[in-house]
Amino acid sequence: MAFWNEEIETMPREELEKMQLRLLKEKVTEMYGKSAFFRKRMDEAGVKPEDINSFEDFRRVPFMKKIDLRDNYPDKLFVVPYDDIVRIHVSSGTTGKPTVVGYTKKDLDNWTEALARGMTSFGLSKKDMVQNMHGYGLFTGGLGVHYGAERIGATVLPISTGNTNRQIQLMQDLPVTALAGTPSYYFHIADVCDQMGVDIRKDTKVRKGIAGGEPWSESMRKKLEDRTGIKTYNCYGASEFYGPMFLECEEQNGLHLWADLAYVEILDENDQPCKEGERGAIVITMLQKEAFPLIRYRIGDISAIDWTPCKCGRTHPRLMRISGRTDDMLVVRGVNVFPSQIESVIGEIPWLSPFYHLTLTNANYMDSMLVEVELTEESLTDDMVKLNKMSAELSRRLKDVLNIKADVKLCLPGTLPRFEGKANHVTDNRNYD
Amino acid sequence: MSNIIKQLSIFVNNEPGRLAHISSVLKECGVNMRAFNLAESTEFGILRAIVDDPDNSYDLLRQKGIIVKKTDVIGVYLQDTPGALFQAADVLGKANINIEYGYAYSYKDKAIFFIRVDDPEKAVDVISKQGIKMVSDSEI
Ligand SMILES: [Zn+2]
Repeated sequence: MAFWNEEIETMPREELEKMQLRLLKEKVTEMYGKSAFFRKRMDEAGVKPEDINSFEDFRRVPFMKKIDLRDNYPDKLFVVPYDDIVRIHVSSGTTGKPTVVGYTKKDLDNWTEALARGMTSFGLSKKDMVQNMHGYGLFTGGLGVHYGAERIGATVLPISTGNTNRQIQLMQDLPVTALAGTPSYYFHIADVCDQMGVDIRKDTKVRKGIAGGEPWSESMRKKLEDRTGIKTYNCYGASEFYGPMFLECEEQNGLHLWADLAYVEILDENDQPCKEGERGAIVITMLQKEAFPLIRYRIGDISAIDWTPCKCGRTHPRLMRISGRTDDMLVVRGVNVFPSQIESVIGEIPWLSPFYHLTLTNANYMDSMLVEVELTEESLTDDMVKLNKMSAELSRRLKDVLNIKADVKLCLPGTLPRFEGKANHVTDNRNYD
Repeated sequence: MSNIIKQLSIFVNNEPGRLAHISSVLKECGVNMRAFNLAESTEFGILRAIVDDPDNSYDLLRQKGIIVKKTDVIGVYLQDTPGALFQAADVLGKANINIEYGYAYSYKDKAIFFIRVDDPEKAVDVISKQGIKMVSDSEI
């Protein structure tokens, strides 16, 4: 099996960790000098860059959280001038405010390198044609996969999302060997292929796929592979890091975390390191990021790390399947949704009461979201036209904030469940079996 | 005496048996329905009812935990004036009064059309000027 960067990818753990510690120290020192935000945080915690001489010392560095990104909207966390920034990506954020990420040339280069290594690790090369079904634009999925595939010399078909019939047509007409998209979109492709009478195994050359952007399970993967013959490899990332960044190798047994680019900690509820292989909160530090550095960033996902050598020969640790969240964030059709976003929309509409409920379902592995919310006594009307208008307005305002469509149901006052103590506003009935 | 009639708008969730439940509560409370109309949205059902004692019925239903509102409507007699409905709609339109909904009721020789408008007082004023006969609340 080929490597993209064999020297780095097979470096012994000891050397990798030595490099990580050196890079951590350098990054902290650099940030202490460049970032007022970071310096203030360090000073508050009483830590100086020179105090950090071990991974244990590094744990004294304060965390960064999503709220810090929001509070510093849009670009207050950038540590290089726009002259040195060559691209911007924007992702949806917690309460209306998105996260803006800047990239230097070197940032784009490292991002692309990470994906080139990952794609090579499950056998893609210049012999392949990659149909990129991720959205192009402010979302990082499209351009990330695009440049990664180009870097390894593969032919890229930048078709982006949607128009499933055309996707399937081109899959048959061109020698496409690999796809990239969200798990739910793969299932949709499989359904439409059935309707069109297309057999992916016989009528196309597609045999591999990159799947990321939303949660799914091993049993879903098994189903998809049995159905389509497409062997799928998980992909993990976030725009805060760069974008999609870590991929599974041929072994399909965890995502190789490129240790020269990222230092990942797994912490328990008391912020103490978990034993290797135990699940906990992911805390990530980007070791070579320039424009928008991330130091001890709590992404909110839960997983475990495995350093045992991989059969593929790569020495970098593997991140196991994401098994949950440390906060109430939901991923719906690949988009991050926070109940607080829905609360803020409801709070701005005077004719709605604060009582709401969110229900998620996924018939055919396609997510749908239903928002039920009570009308106030005063606004309750028997005029259907008015009711329809209210429903449409709520729908529109939710779409503006969430960036995805939600089904809306206006409810009679007093009919939604009331909670004593901590309210449970979310019912997630999605099934990944 | 007034030409503005208090209709009860009773709201029920779209669940099997809800309407039957409402009917039995109405019966229990001795509410006498003169005319009614059912409307259904995707979210809930609405029973619009003209009853003989709206204020008292309203209180009784509230006490039973029923979601009910009083809505002002007007009633136009159809049998005395040919074309009364068209005339009424026409005059309301010209006066920029919006009709939200309407429903007919007939009993023996009576035919009444109940109309919900966005400005009932103005509606009564312009309709009466046309000489169209309206129902008064004491007739209910
Ligand atoms: Zn491997």
